[in-house]
Amino acid sequence: MVKEYKTINQIAGPLIFVEKTEPIGYGEFVHIKLPDGTVKRGEVLDTSDDIVVVQVYEGTSGLNKDCSVIFTGETLKLPASIDLLGRILSGSGEPKDGGPPIVPEKMMDIHGAAMNPYSRDQPEDFIQTGISTIDGTNTLVRGQKLPIFSGSGLPHNEIALQIARQAQVPGSDEKFAVVFAAMGITNEEAQYFMDDFEKTGALERAIVFLNLADDPAVERLITPKMALTAAEYLAYEHNMHVLVILTDITNYCEAMRQMGSAREEVPGRRGYPGYMYTDLAGLYERAGVIKGVKGSVTQIPILSMPGDDITHPIPDLSGYITEGQIVVSRELHRKGIYPPINVLPSLSRLMNAGIGKGKTREDHKAVSDQMYAGYAEGRDLRGLVAIVGKEALSERDKKILEFADLFEDQFVRQGRNENRTIEDTLTVGWNILGSLPKSYLGRIDNKIIDKYYPDKPAEE
Amino acid sequence: MEVKGKIYRVAGPVVTIAGIDTKMYDVVKVGHEGLMGEVIKIVGDKSVVQVYEETSGLKPGEPVENTGLPLSVELGPGLLESIYDGIQRPLGVLKEEMGNFIHRGVTADGLDHSKKWDFKACVSPGDSIKPGDMIGSVQETENILHKIFLPPNANEGKIKEIKSGSFTVVDIIGKMEDGTELKLSHKWPVRNPRPVKFKMAPKTPLVTGQRILDTMFPIAKGGTAAIPGPFGSGKTVTQQQLAKWSDANIVVYIGCGERGNEMAEVLNEFPELEDPQTGRPLMERTVLIANTSNMPVAAREASIYTGITIAEYYRDMGYDVALMADSTSRWAEAMREISSRLEEMPGEEGYPAYLSSRLAEFYERAGIVETFNDDVGSITVIGAVSPAGGDISEPVSQGTLRIVKVFWALDSSLSQKRHFPAINWLNSYSLYMDSLSPWYEENIAPDWNDLRGKSMEILQAESELLEIVQLVGSDALPDDQQVTLEVARMLREIYLQQNSFHPVDTYCSFDKQYKLLKGILRYNELAEAALESNVEVSDILHVSSKDELAKLKYEENFDSMIGPVMDQMEKEFSTLGGY
Ligand SMILES: Nc1ncnc2c1ncn2[C@@H]1O[C@H](COP(=O)(O)OP(=O)(O)OP(=O)(O)O)[C@@H](O)[C@H]1O
Ligand SMILES: [Mg+2]
Repeated sequence: MVKEYKTINQIAGPLIFVEKTEPIGYGEFVHIKLPDGTVKRGEVLDTSDDIVVVQVYEGTSGLNKDCSVIFTGETLKLPASIDLLGRILSGSGEPKDGGPPIVPEKMMDIHGAAMNPYSRDQPEDFIQTGISTIDGTNTLVRGQKLPIFSGSGLPHNEIALQIARQAQVPGSDEKFAVVFAAMGITNEEAQYFMDDFEKTGALERAIVFLNLADDPAVERLITPKMALTAAEYLAYEHNMHVLVILTDITNYCEAMRQMGSAREEVPGRRGYPGYMYTDLAGLYERAGVIKGVKGSVTQIPILSMPGDDITHPIPDLSGYITEGQIVVSRELHRKGIYPPINVLPSLSRLMNAGIGKGKTREDHKAVSDQMYAGYAEGRDLRGLVAIVGKEALSERDKKILEFADLFEDQFVRQGRNENRTIEDTLTVGWNILGSLPKSYLGRIDNKIIDKYYPDKPAEE
Repeated sequence: MEVKGKIYRVAGPVVTIAGIDTKMYDVVKVGHEGLMGEVIKIVGDKSVVQVYEETSGLKPGEPVENTGLPLSVELGPGLLESIYDGIQRPLGVLKEEMGNFIHRGVTADGLDHSKKWDFKACVSPGDSIKPGDMIGSVQETENILHKIFLPPNANEGKIKEIKSGSFTVVDIIGKMEDGTELKLSHKWPVRNPRPVKFKMAPKTPLVTGQRILDTMFPIAKGGTAAIPGPFGSGKTVTQQQLAKWSDANIVVYIGCGERGNEMAEVLNEFPELEDPQTGRPLMERTVLIANTSNMPVAAREASIYTGITIAEYYRDMGYDVALMADSTSRWAEAMREISSRLEEMPGEEGYPAYLSSRLAEFYERAGIVETFNDDVGSITVIGAVSPAGGDISEPVSQGTLRIVKVFWALDSSLSQKRHFPAINWLNSYSLYMDSLSPWYEENIAPDWNDLRGKSMEILQAESELLEIVQLVGSDALPDDQQVTLEVARMLREIYLQQNSFHPVDTYCSFDKQYKLLKGILRYNELAEAALESNVEVSDILHVSSKDELAKLKYEENFDSMIGPVMDQMEKEFSTLGGY
């Protein structure tokens, strides 16, 4: 059902308008042949008897009315194969590593289909990332979507890599396969990822999609969909547990905004399209676990908050869809703390299902709650100290203040290659809680306190 | 009726059709696969249709059929325990038909057409009946007697035949003189409210077992509440708590454009949990509607109507129904998405100009009513609102707050401190307080309203004092104010904070609420009296029974423990010497 036309009537931004066509399907995949023989690709955004609107992934530069437009009669598909593991592909799925072409086992529509909520299993398998501020206080579980909210110049890439390297489900030796999708990141950043993948041998169990900063912005709109389709293939056809890292969602959203304005749509908040929530949900909701199916898809999207503003539409809409967020803090980064994760605005909504007796440890929840409360109070007190001085504080307040420092210094701070088990993490937690008298630990059961409260408190 | 038209244009969920006559809100079948859609605009000889399923691959020229009927739900026994998408397709059936992912082109009946129910007629041939009159009943679950009515849109008349027996929802159970067939089920157009005899003023609270709601900001049965808050502040947890513990007979829970995993959680938990009123599995009183964020937006738009229509149906049987919509903002956004595809003139922030009237129409369907069958039934509506950036000056929050009577203000500064429920006690309000007061005096305790008033006073005072503390530190405050701060802290930490995930604390009976509140305020009285007799404030603040009181809410045998703790408190104070 391939149809070729030379009837482009208008080109505007990333869009071309084709007339006098036979009926063309909505969402159809399109090739555009340039006079010099190069081929660009696109997708039908609007189709009617009179005109067909095509969005060109690689951008419209070099196009003119002499190009021919070929409608393929199909939607865009990923040639899925187990041989994708270890490969590096472009943002639209073309081999980029000089390796052989992909021989597909299955052609999969990249838009995916919505998982039936009735088929979903509740995510509850604890993933140990080896990072205390995640495992201890914002636990990640299999099938979750837990983004990293960061800012420019902050070490979110290091954190993502550390997670990718260390992530495991304790007690199972199954490794995660990693699908990595880069959208509009710099060559240098991409190199940083690739080096690490190669150094650690992670590439063998990874599929990499790279859309770099100088690649066309429109292509970014399909990169995460390609990646998630590959992930679903590995998870549901090959029973693998897959960790998907998407970076940087902000660039993806910028591309969406650009497309929206090219289509002269009514913009929503701050110029982003009104359907951005639905669009992002279409990505994030592709994480999950299915009843009776062995594989799973877990997502760690990374986004840099423009101006470190968590209320900006990109983090805001993301936060409304994902199951929590890990917030990277500039303040902690400036203090020289790695990983500079601020646990207060961070949250893992699926934590409760993944922790406790039989999963991590009976005291996990209580320790986490108590540390939160202490750290939150301690940070408030820092503000107070700045005004009234330490002397005006009560005995209790002074202890709490000290606790907040210990928390940052011992619980938050850890090495870039330090892989803490959950036991290690909880031990660090108890050590610093030990700096507080037992009577302050209002959120912990007496029985638990008696069992775990350390003999010797931590020292600064 | 089966005139065929053609697709003229496809742009996302919006399809323009031509060559066929339509009325607004007619349901049409679009394309070779017969995808379901609804006419939402008519321009010249073309109609614009919102399609409830994925439209990719759809082409101009494909056939279109008009059913001539409005979007309707099928009402009858078997609704309870169901989980539907936004247009009442059972998700279990969709799974059987197409596996774990939702593809398109599958139609499914809202009710199981093969299941038989035991019907007991309560009218006989020759009886005259009006629309809304009961003709018999079916025991739907152990606790829910499902009343069968002459549908409100039928004509009144005489019954020709009717019999008790075992029937499916599509079997004919009887006939009217005019030939109308009687069945256990009927269809109702979702966008039309079901009629009632009259609405009444709400006077009883919906008891939720959540301290801050029941005590401070109660909602009446038949009332409306909004719970706006930024992401992660506790909208869903609060709504789920209400679905679990409130003393409604029926719960309709609409997951409107939210997460799939949250629905999985409900599906996992509810069958295991017990309804505190009846001891039966919670699922038996629940209808779930799950149109998650990645499912088609047009069906998301419809999901709210599907839910409220089912709620009205059970209200008509004389039940107290509670409906939770999580989140009405996603519903509004669905309207916005569709509206912008229609190239309508946008109102504020791109929302259609009719946003606020749609919100009002929805909340208007709440209420406590007398039905045509002379029963009293109610629908309590609780809508979550997800304001962009957490800022409630946006149109959905504002449009909602103009209508609803209860405002539970979630506050991210509280949730970040893990103060849950993160409902701000200073900004929230309930306009039902006055009309519910007599109920509390009668059913809880004569001094209930005073206790509540006193605690609010203390919390207000705290917020003023804290501003001073910010400047001078707490030790500089006079003794009585230090006591006030301590009591306020107790109110916040012991009373207002309630952990939804704690097996005991998740639900707090009114009796327990009363005893706990009374205990805290008794401390306040004793402390004030002690100050009068010149007891050192540090001694007052170190009374140890106070800390015992704090942990009591987690105890299974709270009832037997509270007495001794309070006795101990009295004793401790009596030994505090004055000067
Ligand atoms: N009453 C509560 N008790 C204990 N924890 C709570 C309570 N309310 C909220 N939480 C915590 O806050 C988290 C977020 O709550 P919730 O999912 O209800 O937020 P939300 O307002 O619905 O967010 P979103 O708009 O993104 O859906 C929960 O996962 C839980 O950890
Ligand atoms: Mg929610």
